[in-house]
Amino acid sequence: MEPVLTVKNLKTSFMTSNGEVQAVRGVSFQVEKGEILGIVGESGSGKSVTSMSILRLLADTAKIVDGEVIFGGNDLTKVTNRKMREIRGEKIAMIFQDPMSSLNPLIPVGEQVAEMIRVHHKELSKDELNEKVFELFGQVRIPEPEKRYKSYPHEFSGGMRQRVMIAMALANRPELLIADEPTTALDVTIQDQILKQLRALQKEYETSIIFITHDLGVVAELCERVIVMYGGLIMEEATIDDIFEHPKHPYTLGLLESIPAIDQEKANRLSPIPGSPPDMTKPPIGCPFAPRCPYARQICASECPEYVNINDTHRSMCWLLDPDAPADNNPFYSL
Amino acid sequence: MVKYFAKRFAMMLIALFMIVLITFVIMHSIPGGPFTSDRKVSEDVEKALNEKYNLDAPLYEQFFEYIGNLLKGDMGPSFKYTGKSVNDFIANGFPVSAKLGGITIIFVLIAAIPMGILAAIKNGRWQDMTVMAVATIGVTIPSFVIASVLIYTFSFRLDWLPTYGLDTWKGYILPVVALGGYSLSYLARLMRSSLLEVMGQDYIRTARAKGLTELKVITKHALRNALIPVITVLGPTVAGLMTGSFVIEKIFAIPGLGVHFVNSVSQRDYTTIMGVTVFYATFLLAMVFIVDIFYCLIDPRIKFE
Ligand SMILES: Nc1ncnc2c1ncn2[C@@H]1O[C@H](COP(=O)(O)OP(=O)(O)O)[C@@H](O)[C@H]1O
Ligand SMILES: [Mg+2]
Repeated sequence: MEPVLTVKNLKTSFMTSNGEVQAVRGVSFQVEKGEILGIVGESGSGKSVTSMSILRLLADTAKIVDGEVIFGGNDLTKVTNRKMREIRGEKIAMIFQDPMSSLNPLIPVGEQVAEMIRVHHKELSKDELNEKVFELFGQVRIPEPEKRYKSYPHEFSGGMRQRVMIAMALANRPELLIADEPTTALDVTIQDQILKQLRALQKEYETSIIFITHDLGVVAELCERVIVMYGGLIMEEATIDDIFEHPKHPYTLGLLESIPAIDQEKANRLSPIPGSPPDMTKPPIGCPFAPRCPYARQICASECPEYVNINDTHRSMCWLLDPDAPADNNPFYSL
Repeated sequence: MVKYFAKRFAMMLIALFMIVLITFVIMHSIPGGPFTSDRKVSEDVEKALNEKYNLDAPLYEQFFEYIGNLLKGDMGPSFKYTGKSVNDFIANGFPVSAKLGGITIIFVLIAAIPMGILAAIKNGRWQDMTVMAVATIGVTIPSFVIASVLIYTFSFRLDWLPTYGLDTWKGYILPVVALGGYSLSYLARLMRSSLLEVMGQDYIRTARAKGLTELKVITKHALRNALIPVITVLGPTVAGLMTGSFVIEKIFAIPGLGVHFVNSVSQRDYTTIMGVTVFYATFLLAMVFIVDIFYCLIDPRIKFE
């Protein structure tokens, strides 16, 4: 079957006064119909820039330098603005990280959801629109939809606002939903509820989802496949089982160790990877993770490894997978 | 909400009282009185005058007498112009200043808001540069310089517009531009920076992600948010423009309130100073109060506590 979305060698940069920030440096992946694809990585890995490049929602300083984004037979990097607007909200919808600031503070929430439908379905009457909004609010479990229609965002909690965002995103039954860290700003119980709902709605609407998070634990609950990003590149791509059972990248290993366990205390539940992400104005020539990698060798910093295919759905970019890699201090070595 | 505004109103009255008190004390603590002047008044006459206007009584007594009269709406007679009351000055001067100021405000708003919007939308391009250049000149050059340049160019050189007076509509043009120059520049810059900030907000990205045209994104989502800071400064701006500017009124020979006020200060005309100050303060506070109400209408986040 045709994939819903194919991203090929996407490169996106920001032209700033400090030079070119190479936020995304050649990312390729596909989203299949009806699947939930996870994208994980620490803050600054290029997840948001990748997702916003798809809908061309980046600031004026950003430029898609190279690559293709194939959706519905068109390359979205090349379609007209008009065509892009027809796709936004109707065919591909997006949910953003911060529900506090993603809604217009001066417009009632119901009106903001209604607008999403009206933009693409001008033929609907006011009553039909309201009816649809009430129905959507019911589906995302916003109590008393009729009453809540007229509420303003500041009258809602973070979780409730994110439900509004989900209702808005699903309003036109898009083929693809991009959710950029939709639960990061919420506390754990609310996060759980939202994830459950998202999964239920995904089944009902048969929407494909790109779910972005920095938390592999969340990915485990929701996704079938996952892409691990770092330094503007895909480090590893695999099914959820392979990522947890047979991770093949030191960065993935690091992320797995930092998954918060539910019963642990908040203070000591994370053991983040030591060090910090690279400066993308001068991206490293070798593997971007090399400076922080406990297994790094000389070659890692001087040359970027090729992808190694472990099976048809599993690939990883690491010198440790090279046939000539040494056996000692090599977690991936097998006979 | 009614309770909130009642409270605000009460605070306004307290502020007003404090202003009256402070002005009164400062005015009387400056050496010299209304009847000390270059022209020697005989001691007897000065004494008689002081007695007539009760200037020898203790200060607190004078103050309470003044407040009492004020509450009756009587600001007292002018010390300098016999037969004229302060109420007369305000009744004659304020309408002139207010009309000029009102026209100026309309001109300022009609020009500043589109200028700011244009500059923000064309951020960094020549339209933006032009607006910002004009606005920078407007906030840095004093109004009397602007007025002089305007008079020189449009009256003396081109002979298109009169140099003084408000007898015809043409007479308004130069005073309006000179008076509004600063506010125009200030508001245009404020509108620009406010809109630029709003355009970078997450909810604007949400609006774009819906598939709205850029025009709709700006008109439906950005403008109302961007106008909030502009509305906040509108109260003092309106009050300032409508109560008259001494400089502009002097240059264009406009019989407004500003000229009276400055004259009264240099002549130690106590009652006029007090009267005009109280009037200014009341007007300013009232404008701020009205703007507050507007603010609450446009921004649902305002809490009434
Ligand atoms: N507007 C911008 N201007 C310059 N650099 C940016 C901008 N937005 C993001 N970046 C840079 O792009 C890189 C990737 O950012 P992002 O995609 O937001 O990371 P993530 O979503 O994975 O946390 C970071 O190095 C970040 O500093
Ligand atoms: Mg992000």
